[in-house]
Amino acid sequence: MVPALVVFGYLAIVLYIGIFAFRRGKTSGEDFFLASRSLGPYIFLLSLFGTNMTAFAILGSSGLSYKIGIGVFGLMASSSCFVIPVTIFFIGTRLWGLGKKFGHMTQVQYFRDRWECSEIGTVIFVLTAAMLVPYLIIGTMGGGETLSSISTYTDAGGQTRHWVSYEAGAGLVAVVVMSYVFFGGMRGTAWVNTFQTTLFLCFGAIAFFLISQKLGGFGKIMTEMQNDPKSSVLLTRARIPTEEFFSYMFIPLSSIMFPHIAIMCMTAERVTHFKKTVIFYPLCIAAIWLPAVYIGTIGAHEFPGLKPGDTDDIIPRMLREYTGPLVSGILGAGIMACVMASDSQILALCTMFTEDVFAYYGGKDRFGEKAQVWTGRFFIVLVTVVAYVIALALKDKEGIFGLAIRFAFSGFAAMAPVMLAALFWKRSTKYGALASTLWVMGTVAFTGWLHMATEGLAKPGQPPVVIYESLGNLFLRTPVNVTMYGFLPVMPMCIGSAILMAVVSLLTRPPSRATLDKYFPPRKEPGVPAAVSQAVPAATPDGVKAG
Amino acid sequence: MKWLLFALIVAMVAIHQDFWWWKDSRLVLGILPVGLAYHVFYALLCSAMMWLLVKTAWPKELDELAPPAPKNPGD
Repeated sequence: MVPALVVFGYLAIVLYIGIFAFRRGKTSGEDFFLASRSLGPYIFLLSLFGTNMTAFAILGSSGLSYKIGIGVFGLMASSSCFVIPVTIFFIGTRLWGLGKKFGHMTQVQYFRDRWECSEIGTVIFVLTAAMLVPYLIIGTMGGGETLSSISTYTDAGGQTRHWVSYEAGAGLVAVVVMSYVFFGGMRGTAWVNTFQTTLFLCFGAIAFFLISQKLGGFGKIMTEMQNDPKSSVLLTRARIPTEEFFSYMFIPLSSIMFPHIAIMCMTAERVTHFKKTVIFYPLCIAAIWLPAVYIGTIGAHEFPGLKPGDTDDIIPRMLREYTGPLVSGILGAGIMACVMASDSQILALCTMFTEDVFAYYGGKDRFGEKAQVWTGRFFIVLVTVVAYVIALALKDKEGIFGLAIRFAFSGFAAMAPVMLAALFWKRSTKYGALASTLWVMGTVAFTGWLHMATEGLAKPGQPPVVIYESLGNLFLRTPVNVTMYGFLPVMPMCIGSAILMAVVSLLTRPPSRATLDKYFPPRKEPGVPAAVSQAVPAATPDGVKAG
Repeated sequence: MKWLLFALIVAMVAIHQDFWWWKDSRLVLGILPVGLAYHVFYALLCSAMMWLLVKTAWPKELDELAPPAPKNPGD
């Protein structure tokens, strides 16, 4: 019961932070959706990092390490250590500049203005929103599972029971997240994310050392694992094909294309805040992922033979077993913090709806800015209720949403060439963007279907199975993935998206001279990059439609 | 300088693929498997690389863009 009480206390704190942010806020749309673009350097770093840390970073990575070992760190963490800060450096700073200069709040607003397109912007909105929805459902499901997991007890009859049921846990987490997003908007979300990230960075390290001490020290455990033939393979990357390892380098390209990350980039007060962010970002990733991967790998040695569905529970299990109830509760709160990363996704979806649909199709002009903010708040409630109902109705179908997220990662990564072309290639066109977007839609749907249709085709420990004999090794099935010549689909998806963007743009007419001059103004002096190079006063969001 | 930085970025992608330690389970300092230790070092290298990018390729034209908005306490 103690861990559950600690988590309840934690939920009360984040709720208070949200309401406190509400009292500090203003009534404008820019304040609600972007905290008036005024976040300081440390809040910006920690909230941007916290926004990127989902339940997978802790529970999923440790569960995967349980199965395939320490290679998970190189596979997902160290690749992100490089790719994410680089994309924030090159793309995030430019998005910030465009937001300051032209008042953009979302990616679609920028694309519509940059390429003089309306419907194509709507197509990108639909794809982006569709790929974001599974995260909200998984976030709600994760809340229910985490709360019921940390409130586990054994009754007098030896039966395992929960103080908090899945349904009550999911409902409670949904209400808390909805409340602080509803009241606090971006400011509340950023403050909560900062608090959550700090909590996890501190107590994650403490738990790491407590577990190690209880087991007799890292050296002893590692030597035992090295000498055990069953465990020693987990200290290598023998279970990860080299082609898949390479392909994973493309996945972090998705980060900057997630609407909540792109929108978060526009909240910094000054562009110089990005400097600390990109330098410390790799260190933050390592600080979170190293304990998670390490504990997951050790867990395979300490608790061998867990069923596939139970492996993601390895960190809570180790905490229950090797630490006291108070530490277990605090760490449970930390895990809850990651599960609750859905806050910024809800806010991003709401921002997109109010800016890309409500305001774009005239709602803001007709009903005013206050009505726009309240429409956003109503949308937050609606999205939360729908996600909760789906989380209850499809409780046993979590795997489908988990799968949807995996393919959404690839989809967002494959949209990165669209953003790069918009920012850095003057000659890019709306039809190039449309071709890339349709390619992403098609390939996400196809690879998702192929994955489900070939489920169970390959057995663990066996070589990959050819899916279509006539196509040779083009499509292979491993126990976990569909691959193309051994590479994950994300790689051909990104390359295909880039080629289509280039070829179709060259075949179609570029935007008008006025628009090109707006986004690529003539250079003032040699050596000064063109895009967003002119320092002008900040525009209102209405300026978006002026061009 | 631009090409040097581009080459460094490509080199960072290349050295991420450390196939030479793929099946090696040796321990570094008695606690970290060599494949994990390498990637922890790689993470530190990424931080250094970002510092270098900030120092040499920072988009200076953005520094003076737009006056800051009125600040809220706590931001």
